[in-house]
Amino acid sequence: MPRRIFVTGLGIISGIGNNLGETLPSLLESRSGIGEIKYRREQLIDDIPVSEVKCTESDLFTLAGIPFTEGFSRTSLLGIIAAKEAWSHSGLSHSAELRTGLISATTVGGMDKCEMYYHDFLTNDQRIIYIDTYDCADSTMKIANALGIRDYLTTISTACSSSANAILLGARMIRSGFLDRVVVGGTEALTKFHLRGFNALRILDKNPCKPFDANRNGITLGEGAAYLVLESEESVKKSNKSPLCELTGWGNACEAFHQTASSPDGIGAYLAMKKALEISGSEAGEIDYINAHGTGTDNNDLSEGKAIEKVFGESIPKISSTKPFMGHTTSAAGSAEAILSILCIIHEMILPNLNFSEPMKELRFIPVTKLLRNVSINQVMSNSFGFGGNDTSLIFKRC
Amino acid sequence: MTAYINGTGLISPQKTADISGFLNDIVQHQADYFKCIEPDYKTYLEPLTARRLSRLVKMGITTAKICLADAGCSIPDAIITGTGLGSLEDVEGILERIHDDSVPISPTPFMLSTYNTISSQIAIQLKCHGYNSTYVHRSFSFESGLMDAMMLLEEKSAANVLVGGIDEMVPNHHALIRRLGHWKMNPVDNLQLLAYKTPGAVPGEGSGHFLLSSQNNEHSYATIRGVKTFYQPESFEESKDQILNFLASSGLNPEDIDIFLTGINADTEFDPIYFRMAQDVFPEKPLAWFKHLSGEFYTATLFALWTAANILKRQEVPPVIILKYKVQKEVRNILIYNQYRNVHHSLILVGKK
Repeated sequence: MPRRIFVTGLGIISGIGNNLGETLPSLLESRSGIGEIKYRREQLIDDIPVSEVKCTESDLFTLAGIPFTEGFSRTSLLGIIAAKEAWSHSGLSHSAELRTGLISATTVGGMDKCEMYYHDFLTNDQRIIYIDTYDCADSTMKIANALGIRDYLTTISTACSSSANAILLGARMIRSGFLDRVVVGGTEALTKFHLRGFNALRILDKNPCKPFDANRNGITLGEGAAYLVLESEESVKKSNKSPLCELTGWGNACEAFHQTASSPDGIGAYLAMKKALEISGSEAGEIDYINAHGTGTDNNDLSEGKAIEKVFGESIPKISSTKPFMGHTTSAAGSAEAILSILCIIHEMILPNLNFSEPMKELRFIPVTKLLRNVSINQVMSNSFGFGGNDTSLIFKRC
Repeated sequence: MTAYINGTGLISPQKTADISGFLNDIVQHQADYFKCIEPDYKTYLEPLTARRLSRLVKMGITTAKICLADAGCSIPDAIITGTGLGSLEDVEGILERIHDDSVPISPTPFMLSTYNTISSQIAIQLKCHGYNSTYVHRSFSFESGLMDAMMLLEEKSAANVLVGGIDEMVPNHHALIRRLGHWKMNPVDNLQLLAYKTPGAVPGEGSGHFLLSSQNNEHSYATIRGVKTFYQPESFEESKDQILNFLASSGLNPEDIDIFLTGINADTEFDPIYFRMAQDVFPEKPLAWFKHLSGEFYTATLFALWTAANILKRQEVPPVIILKYKVQKEVRNILIYNQYRNVHHSLILVGKK
């Protein structure tokens, strides 16, 4: 019998709340975090809506519980806040007997500071301390240091599926017996680099995104961080806690089609979902809800939709994309949406796909558009697909 | 868990792209950093593809192809890449114009700038739909990939995993990191590297791929018997314990190690850790190094793994890597020990197949 993996703690900060307690009411009241740029007008382009974390840098230091220190990127601060919340939510304490790891994901690391100070970097020593925040590992190290994790740490970057792959790796490391407990997730700050880059690809919507809508017009970017605590059965038993749910399935596949476009039939998405079902030992018909990747681009929603139809045939589960709530938080999206999926299990609800009005002609299903309460949800699939065709699906199960 | 290395491909500051040789024609570099000796990409890439892709991605695809050809494998079950810094060339191009909204950002460098580009471009070239991931954690990047690959083999979710590491150096990034004091201030001669008694390393670059397989075959070089990373040890004693425990977990003791292949990089601040470890744990064992050949970079241990794999297969030890105590007998086990600035430490145990 393979080792079971339990989720015992959650932590999240995004445009719809600075913690789990603030996130839930936003979800229940269908409050979106998307709006015009307010907190970082100086840095970011302002004619495209985004989902900002509603905090200044000084607010973030306060939330992270650390005094203002030079050398912290917004990415690191968001990550520390959410990872600390997950750690305390799980009631973890340090243990010499249990091996504890941190697997974090980010796409552009500390780019938020580096893009601001790049000119300084090249010409003077004023901002020298921020040079070291350029890479992806910097935020992971700062989170590990804040949590006191040293047994294992690494950073994953597979674009928009990064933190889903962090969850997948954490699960596999527990299953293989390499770790007993692991904090997994991702963090991403809004950057001019991403805004201008995605804009150059012409895939940013001028209005809040509307996934799976016939008139969808692209992505709305967001920022945030989200971490889960995964534990082995033995570790859960030792602390005598009741887990939030079980992580039963994961699948990673590659489109091998195009650097930034998904294939018309969604082969990567199809394979990722199939593998996740297989590992979980679940029948397609047992999935009650799919939290779709649903970015709102022409390309993703069509190929993901086609792949879902192929996997689920005639019994397509309830589906929604929650990107209209917190925007597309790129590397943090996988773990943020895994948390929303778990909240759906815990609170017996299905979250609405906001901003939807007109069904896509190409698809047989339409997403859930109003919050559903008192629905029994046993198994949820959470999809995360990225540039480069890095596609990952996860399955969470009530326990 | 043991994984067989069934193929290798390496582009480095040495003539390693040609797999027939093995460090028998050493390239001298007199420079701030050691650049790769790149092959003619026409052999490996369509001209149109070669023009479109950045240098890093071209190196990555090429070493993947060299490795698969060497292993006689047309398509692996999984592709994993480690890169500490990704495509610096593409990112810097964007950063230079990021604040001038009147200058458009062109989509191609943005697409190629994401860290997972190398893994996904290799997948596109090979039409490989299997598991695909990218690790970006400084000097754990390549080791994290190796550990993932070994788990995939153990899970039996793959029989052949293409795992690689890749990093490049560009002038601006070199200048920035030098300002932090991590690089030597003046150009050096790589063949006299230890003569510079100054702090700071000398950067290099490289792209290396390995086909790790669950099965031994006629292409096999060696086995990877274990990989371990450890972070911010509190003392030298802790690092020493980590090494001893790692060996013990493979049923070995220091006596069984035939070559201690270290990441000595001529940085007077951090090299003493290696020398002390050699003296304390592996006294009178052959002590070897490789960073005078490869330079320092986050995924530099790929050069060490390639060297170890070749030594074990050929039973030939290039004199240029030996610092102390000549190898006198058959080489059965090589321990690769690397640490970058005493923060990220890693161990790779490579054995005779």
